[in-house]
Amino acid sequence: MPTILEVRSLNVRANGRTLLGNVNLAVERGDAVLVLGPNGAGKTVLLKALLGLLPHEGSLAWTPPKMRIGYVPQRVDVDVHLPLCGRNLLEAKAALLRLGRSAIDSALERVGIGWDLMEGPIGHLSGGQFQKILIAFALLGDPEVLMLDEPTTGLDEPSAENIYDLARRLRSGGVTVVLVSHDLGLAYHFATKVLCLNTVALCFGTPEEALTPETLKALYGARYEVAGAGSLRSGRF
Amino acid sequence: MGTSEALSIYAILLGTLAAIAAGLTGSFALMKRITLAGDVVSHIALPGIGLAFLFGFNPILGGATTLLLGTVVIAKLEEKTGLTTDAMIGVVFAASLAIGALVTPSKDLVEALFGNLQPVSPFGLALGLGATALVIGTLWWNRHRMILHLFSPELATTLGINGRRLNLVFMLLFGVTVMLGLRFLGALLASALIMIPPTIGRRLTHRLSHFMAISAAASVLSVLGGLGIAAWRHLPLGPTVVTVASALFGLSLFMKER
Repeated sequence: MPTILEVRSLNVRANGRTLLGNVNLAVERGDAVLVLGPNGAGKTVLLKALLGLLPHEGSLAWTPPKMRIGYVPQRVDVDVHLPLCGRNLLEAKAALLRLGRSAIDSALERVGIGWDLMEGPIGHLSGGQFQKILIAFALLGDPEVLMLDEPTTGLDEPSAENIYDLARRLRSGGVTVVLVSHDLGLAYHFATKVLCLNTVALCFGTPEEALTPETLKALYGARYEVAGAGSLRSGRF
Repeated sequence: MGTSEALSIYAILLGTLAAIAAGLTGSFALMKRITLAGDVVSHIALPGIGLAFLFGFNPILGGATTLLLGTVVIAKLEEKTGLTTDAMIGVVFAASLAIGALVTPSKDLVEALFGNLQPVSPFGLALGLGATALVIGTLWWNRHRMILHLFSPELATTLGINGRRLNLVFMLLFGVTVMLGLRFLGALLASALIMIPPTIGRRLTHRLSHFMAISAAASVLSVLGGLGIAAWRHLPLGPTVVTVASALFGLSLFMKER
């Protein structure tokens, strides 16, 4: 498969502090990349750098350069009093991308939600409903790459599984998925590649190559020393 | 000149269109939570109006000049200092009010603050219609960008939306809308039509399109009602229009949100 993203010596700094240091990775079309790391490890910073939202050093090249990327942020601090509903958001994005109603229908269908959910104020939606609208928003425009930043935070288990199922279906449909998660089980049941981050990149490769007991210990501390990678295969996914 | 003598078809037409522009601009200002900060923007017109009275040129032209200048200064100061919009508006507002009070001849100060209905010339009408078309057209053109930026500046940036430029454009539109109201309402009350009607719209609906339509309608109703009452009872126009708008807000409290 062709390489669509090549990152070399990526560094992100802010106020004299290194948020992300020396990240190297190559992503091929159709990959499912799992980004693992503890809180504050720079996972979200990495996604934002890949999206061009943060200034960075090093080289970062998408092929083609104008890659269609859908992004589901970890959280949107939405003003619950805004008189906006899902319809307004999807219609606004569709208008900017010069897409018709059928494109919105298609995005909703892929996520498995109907127009009824799109009519209520966004401030009245449950966490799961809001997340699905965010994913539909990201899928609008038929992205070649989908970036999901901890998309199941705050969701119950069935809702979380729905989102992972959707990520799998999209991947089998040819979409490259970059997923940030704390769920180590995804490494063996979803990912083709794993990136371990703890401000610096500790590993990158297939799950088998990347997730050694030493890497897990460096990533999460001594408590993973015994559990190790072997027990991950029996995870939920 | 009394209100009834100055009340012409030109004034009614211009007042109605300016009210629509104010209702629409106010809808976005309310969603951006800058209505109160925006209110004080109108006071930036005062030095220009004062200078116009002092040197005998058109007060609207003077007010518009300092208003637009002040809007750009606020945006640039915000960019340079990293402080918030409302903090920068506060600084420029206080300076403008103080300078305005110093330069405005005392006999003209009440008119500068509260407005007075002057006859509308064909040129004034054309200028007003042009400014109204600019406000409504630019809001319409940018509505999708503004909605996305309101929802999430970060997601908007990933779609190529320049949030800083969008904010500057909006503040300029806000300034032009205030300028449209200066003729009727004066520097103190000019932004009332931007502030009050959207609160009525928001009280009554959570649907964006309905919200904007109700805001514009409430604004038009306030202007036409104010014009009629002021002409009938020989009352000053600015305070009458704003009192009607406030009464409509009061009425909306007795209605259910839909």
